[in-house]
Amino acid sequence: MLLEIKNLHANVNGKEILRGINLTVNEGEVHAIMGPNGSGKSTLSSVLAGDPTFTVTEGEVYFKGKNLLELSPEDRSREGLFLSFQYPVEIPGVSMVNFMRTATNEHRKYKGLDPLSASDFLKLMREKKELVELDNKLANRSVNEGFSGGEKKRNEIFQMAMLEPKLSILDETDSGLDIDALRIVANGVNKLKKADNASIVITHYQRLLDYIVPDIVHVLYKGQIVKTAGKELALELEEKGYDWIKKELGE
Amino acid sequence: MNDNIVDTITKGDYKYGFVTDIETEVIPKGLNEDVVRLISEKKGEPEWLLEYRLKAYRHWLTLKEPNWAHLSIPEIDYQDIYYYAAPKKNSPKSEKDIDPELLKTFDKLGIPLEEQKHLAGMAVDAVMDSISVKTTYRENLAELGIIFCSFNEAVKNYPDLVKKYLGTVVPYTDNFFAALNSAVFSDGSFVYIPKGVRCPMELSTYFRINAAQTGQFERTLIVADDDSYVSYLEGCTAPMRDESQLHAAIVELVAHDRAEIKYSTVQNWYPGDKDGKGGIYNFVTKRALCKGISSKVSWTQVETGSAITWKYPSCVLLGDNSVGEFYSVAVTNNYQQADTGTKMIHLGKNTKSHIVSKGISAGLSQNSYRGLVKVSKNADGARNFSQCDSLLLGDKCGAHTFPYMDIHNESAIVEHEATTSKINEDQIFYCNQRGISTEDAVGLIVNGYAKEVLNKLPMEFAVEAQKLLQVSLEGSVG
Repeated sequence: MLLEIKNLHANVNGKEILRGINLTVNEGEVHAIMGPNGSGKSTLSSVLAGDPTFTVTEGEVYFKGKNLLELSPEDRSREGLFLSFQYPVEIPGVSMVNFMRTATNEHRKYKGLDPLSASDFLKLMREKKELVELDNKLANRSVNEGFSGGEKKRNEIFQMAMLEPKLSILDETDSGLDIDALRIVANGVNKLKKADNASIVITHYQRLLDYIVPDIVHVLYKGQIVKTAGKELALELEEKGYDWIKKELGE
Repeated sequence: MNDNIVDTITKGDYKYGFVTDIETEVIPKGLNEDVVRLISEKKGEPEWLLEYRLKAYRHWLTLKEPNWAHLSIPEIDYQDIYYYAAPKKNSPKSEKDIDPELLKTFDKLGIPLEEQKHLAGMAVDAVMDSISVKTTYRENLAELGIIFCSFNEAVKNYPDLVKKYLGTVVPYTDNFFAALNSAVFSDGSFVYIPKGVRCPMELSTYFRINAAQTGQFERTLIVADDDSYVSYLEGCTAPMRDESQLHAAIVELVAHDRAEIKYSTVQNWYPGDKDGKGGIYNFVTKRALCKGISSKVSWTQVETGSAITWKYPSCVLLGDNSVGEFYSVAVTNNYQQADTGTKMIHLGKNTKSHIVSKGISAGLSQNSYRGLVKVSKNADGARNFSQCDSLLLGDKCGAHTFPYMDIHNESAIVEHEATTSKINEDQIFYCNQRGISTEDAVGLIVNGYAKEVLNKLPMEFAVEAQKLLQVSLEGSVG
């Protein structure tokens, strides 16, 4: 078991957003979490990554058997939890090379490894850039600065390729992408899939799931997982809309 | 940025806060004509220099401290300061005569003075309190005709050169602190680069305040003759003390035809503790005269220390086609205050100036850029570009920009750009999520922001300055 979430509750500014999430993710699995706007999808990913904006009020989360909620955000990352942000921030003046080298070497240090030499690092960066079809010129710029929406998302997947996480959470990676960009991003994710890692794909629409095929689909509604099924659930949702869920719940 | 982010990490320690236990010769506290005479006598100065000091002192008596800066300066009792302090056992005729405690001190500061350990490619003049302890590599430099020695020695050995240039760029009438310095200045460095000589190594002066309740009033004079080049660097530290200490220096640079002077400062005087107690008052007048045609002076400063900084390294662009540059990173944290910037005075034709100022404010500090671009009536084709950026960490600090322009020639092109930004929680969290700790994230972001200026420093110091920026900001973001 890679990730186990038990009865997770979380607040932002005193308002309860997550109201008892239960979820188990095993190695090799791709989970999709769908749900209408405001259901708590992005909050769930932020809470797992340790965003200090949110306060966990109840519940437990175990990642690789460790109590995730006790770890700092940077240690969660070093343990292998990766969040592809819905809105990646720009960091002016900090080159992608410098940023990724710092991140990569921090991960290595955590594992007790020596830092990569400059040439080994650049070689690794070149390999991973090709994998996710990241433009050379983007890698030479400051982190996300002046990147288009699609470029930012591609850059997230590039960072994911660099850090080789055990669990990747893709938060609305499809939002704001045209179909070509979507295909490139999804291809990157699929190439990174291995038997010993897993991903959680958070999306509002079924579209992305044509490219990243999930093993299990969950529907999140008002801070709880109200339905879990196989990949056919995504199609059903697309056809019937979220009102169908609301009706099923007797609303 | 919310409080938990601002407050978590503890304050980084000031690494250079130790005191050297050494016997110090001081003269009685306070300032009057006798004290001025005594300082001059201690240094065995010629009559003309004593006269210069006395004129400056008498002028100083007529002046008031400047109060136009965006600083709140506690009242300074000028009679409660020692104006001369010298390590007793120092009579630096040969290396063996230097007190081992002094050697140890500079070693600890990363400035080895023993011949076998000299920093490669760099000559150092080490100044503690009122006197120069040792100047390295001077013989090698002398072969090229380069003079690099303490100010005191220059007065003895090259009186004509000193007399010719002293006070020509910063007259003692210039301002309150310049007058004070001219009356009581102790030691400092003197550099002369002869015609056509490119100085093969970095010249550097390391200033150290050690004695308590002592003011440091050093004086630096650099003259670059026609077609010469020199890169000069100064560094400074002081022990941690509860009371504040005054540092009022003068730096004068003269660049003749086609000469170039690159002057870099890494200023790390003790900034006071995190409650604002102690720290150095750094009131410095630095000015360059681009006297010759196509001469060039470039000021680069990384200012992280001092409780209060009042400093405007300037260029008087007298020679046609001369160029003045100012690159600055000023960091303030806790209760530090800085009012710093530059003056570019365009007098010659087709003169150019370039200003890049990067202010970083954290804690409860106040950080101001104050700059003047003046183009005189005859300065046809003058060109200036100024860029002033402010970066705020937290919401209790202040950043201010006071650009002045005084343009008397219609052909001048003067541009000014300014930005203010904040390191926000989202950026920090983004870095955290990639495995980068908050401290390292702040370091990355701040160094990224200051990169344009750090790149202007000599290599070895760029690395040092990067670390310094990070340490100075420890505790400002959590």
